[in-house]
Amino acid sequence: MLRPKHQQFVRGDKRMDKEGLLRLLEKIGQRIHEQRDFLTELDNAIGDGDHGHNMDKGFQAVHDRVLSNPGPDMGKVLQQVGMALISTVGGAAGPLYGTAFMRMGGLLAGRQEASLEDLPRLLDAAIGGIQQRGKAVRGEKTMLDALIPAKEALEAAISAGKPAVEALADAAAAAEAGVEYTKTIRATKGRASYLGDRSIGHQDPGATSSMLMIQVLKETLQERDQ
Amino acid sequence: MVSLILVSHSRQLAEGLADLVRQVAGEVPVVPVGGTADGRLGTDATAIVEAVEAVYSDDGVVLLMDLGSSVMAAETALELLPPERSARVRLSGAPLVEGAVAAGVEARIGGTLESVLKAAESALHEPKF
Repeated sequence: MLRPKHQQFVRGDKRMDKEGLLRLLEKIGQRIHEQRDFLTELDNAIGDGDHGHNMDKGFQAVHDRVLSNPGPDMGKVLQQVGMALISTVGGAAGPLYGTAFMRMGGLLAGRQEASLEDLPRLLDAAIGGIQQRGKAVRGEKTMLDALIPAKEALEAAISAGKPAVEALADAAAAAEAGVEYTKTIRATKGRASYLGDRSIGHQDPGATSSMLMIQVLKETLQERDQ
Repeated sequence: MVSLILVSHSRQLAEGLADLVRQVAGEVPVVPVGGTADGRLGTDATAIVEAVEAVYSDDGVVLLMDLGSSVMAAETALELLPPERSARVRLSGAPLVEGAVAAGVEARIGGTLESVLKAAESALHEPKF
């Protein structure tokens, strides 16, 4: 059922279509580009100092390969994003985020639209992919320390019947708190683990890039509702 | 004959090691995979898939990797390969240099996929001195 573009989404709408997803991906790419030096600075402190640059390369490839030639449905688009990241990021974030996007794509196979209620399942799939790939759990100073709290906050907000924008605001706040939490713990995964206790006091670059993506998702819905 | 793929963040490291392994490995196909397509340090799972496709035979393929994210890239590559191929690809947990040389020798003398993998992993238990 096709609706005219101008009335596709009304204020408070909980749905997103493929065009919305493409706009979201574009905005995520812009945010990563703006924040690339910051992400690299964080990674310089405890890792190999390439996270910002690598993520920027990855989302440049998303822009060049996916946004200009998107697949026919949301699932295909997310899988294209996964492949673009896997083949261009270079560091651990490539297989990690790449697998996350591939798994989300699998869930939305053939779909033209997703709703707020799909989002916890999508985040679960992303988190599952990252856990499988990185063999990490919560509390090890990784992306998971932003993503798992975000997913939990989102589920709680949906159960409480909150509107989409508020639910996403809760998720973003939880991701931000998760990033703060990574400052207090020691890394046991990845290059940062070589630093042991000296990794304490630094926020995790991967958790930070995950937080940025959730913040952009929140902002995208806020702008749409204005 | 079992083939070897050497995965490193650094193209030079992978290529240099491939030279070293070829010295002892005779006709064994040895493919270095390292760095990103645009020449940065890093790993690219799709390049690993291409390398497997280039040397694949039913005798099998052993992958040796350097640090953490090259392991993740190799595991991702296994998922991207058709299942009938990935079933004959093994990831070795051996140290890259010692493991690759040991695997190269075992493959050259006609070792099976399992024995090449075992030879590589025996390098884990061989102290340098």
